[in-house]
Amino acid sequence: MQDFVQHLINGVSLGSIYALIALGYTMVYGILKMINFAHSDVYMVGAFAAYYFARWLGIENNPGFSTLLTLIVITMICCSLLGLVIERLAYRPLRNSPKLNVLITAIGVSLFLQYSGQVVFGADPKVFPEVMKDFVILSIGIVEIRSFDVTVLGVGIVAMLGLQFLLFKTKIGRAMRAVSANPMVASLMGVNPDRIIAFTFIVGSSLAGIGSVLVGMKYPKIDPLMGMMIGMKAFVAAVLGGIGNVGGAVLGAMIMGLSEEMVVAYLSSTYRDALAFGILIVILIFKPAGLLGKYSVEKV
Amino acid sequence: MKALKNPALALICLAVLGIGLDFGVNAYIKLILLFATVNCLLSMSLNLVNGYTGQFSLGHAGFMAIGAYFSAYASTKWGFLPESLQLVQSFVFVIGAGLAAAAAGFLVGLPSLRLKGDYLAIVTLGFGEIIRVALLNMDFLGGPRGLSGIPSVGSFPFAFMFASVWLVICFFTIWRVMHSSHGRGFLSVREDEIAAEAMGINTTRMKVKAFVLSSFFAGVAGALFAHFTNFINPSSFTFLQSVNAVIMVVLGGMGSMTGSIVAAIIITVLPEALRPLQELTGVDLRMVIYSLALILMMILRPKGLFGDMEFSDVWRKYVRRSA
Repeated sequence: MQDFVQHLINGVSLGSIYALIALGYTMVYGILKMINFAHSDVYMVGAFAAYYFARWLGIENNPGFSTLLTLIVITMICCSLLGLVIERLAYRPLRNSPKLNVLITAIGVSLFLQYSGQVVFGADPKVFPEVMKDFVILSIGIVEIRSFDVTVLGVGIVAMLGLQFLLFKTKIGRAMRAVSANPMVASLMGVNPDRIIAFTFIVGSSLAGIGSVLVGMKYPKIDPLMGMMIGMKAFVAAVLGGIGNVGGAVLGAMIMGLSEEMVVAYLSSTYRDALAFGILIVILIFKPAGLLGKYSVEKV
Repeated sequence: MKALKNPALALICLAVLGIGLDFGVNAYIKLILLFATVNCLLSMSLNLVNGYTGQFSLGHAGFMAIGAYFSAYASTKWGFLPESLQLVQSFVFVIGAGLAAAAAGFLVGLPSLRLKGDYLAIVTLGFGEIIRVALLNMDFLGGPRGLSGIPSVGSFPFAFMFASVWLVICFFTIWRVMHSSHGRGFLSVREDEIAAEAMGINTTRMKVKAFVLSSFFAGVAGALFAHFTNFINPSSFTFLQSVNAVIMVVLGGMGSMTGSIVAAIIITVLPEALRPLQELTGVDLRMVIYSLALILMMILRPKGLFGDMEFSDVWRKYVRRSA
């Protein structure tokens, strides 16, 4: 039982990381109706940005809250710049072309980032700087609540609440929802869809940046291919919850995190990567719009 | 008999090419040539799904893996014919590999082909990964260590002939299918699914048919790959391999058979041709150039090299325009 509670805590902590990345997928999908395969590689670049900046600023050896905050801000900036560049150079020229071309371009961008990452950063894994001290805050029996889990969950919740505020309480959020519903009509109402799309990429990429710092803190080994698997899982989480739906992405990510933790704990760790796709296939076959998504009938 | 004229001619040409290349070409280039045939098979088969039927599949490496493992396991464990009839036996096993992959294609295709576009891409990608993870966990197939000591088909001319036979079978099967009413059905699904449905075409059935035929040839390609390399393990069939197949189809032009062949040859030769660059700069820039080329291709020439025209159409249009 106590074991189970411990796994529950780990699962929630993992889930909140997935959620941060899944939000990026879901936002881009909600507005552009495309899977941004490169999102997970933006996350990878974010982790490396944090690594190099921490070394450059000389803060890799003094863990603390200010270090965490500095790194999060820096990676957010780096990731959003990268997201902006990708959108401008790769996706915008294809705004009106078939979906297949956009999908292939996204795969191309993803491969480009992975392999140029291997050239620039080197293919060997690097050790992420110690951002915060990991200690046990609370222990009940053998169940331990560690400061990492609390921090990950806390930062995750703050980011998600911030996103919720941005989407539903600000003018630009209203514009984003308008573009998501119908870009043509939104542009008639005086919204510039290009700017809104660029802004979406900024927000999504900076969430990925936050995720990268949190993952780097929890699993301090980073390499240029680290984005692939976590990106897949985050995407599955987004689809599971209903893609394009912010609440759904969080719900899906929590389910993913928990089920993965349980599979590793009670079955075998070799199946963890197949699990994500298994869930995805079951969901898409029985509920193609995801748990919280609305099913829309295609009209002629 | 008339229908067999072109296949026979093509086979004879390839045979002459194979025997000719046996002299004066070193083993390295021979291996690249054999890989080119595998990639040609792969891209032609994927072209049937991605190009002609317009369904985006990203799990082709999975079917290739099933074919490769089937043929490899069968020929190491189940040899039932004497040594002298090795070639016949390999042929049977390659057919078996194709059928195994086709069965998997049916199982995968039936539920997932009801989905469209991006979702289908992700689900097929998922199936490809699941097949890979399953192979990693199967101990009798070597698990992560893979299978080694797979018998080769023979010396280079035999291997090339063997591959050519399959190339010709694949090309002309797909060609004939595409010029039959099934082929029209595939094309109608690509052009407008709703309209096709309204015209009384069972679109899911069409897609499954295309998918099964496609995975058959992917399995054959995998089996040939296993026999040419003599060693396979699950990491030969990753997501990247599927992407590779997609790149070939897209580069050649979606819905162009000859385009896929040309693109498959380019994609096989290009990394090898870029090797001197790697030695010059000291870093592996091949994949960077590769992915950059893919992005630029999509932006500058979204329909691929040949669009949906065959090589003969391109020739007629641009080279012999005056005639």
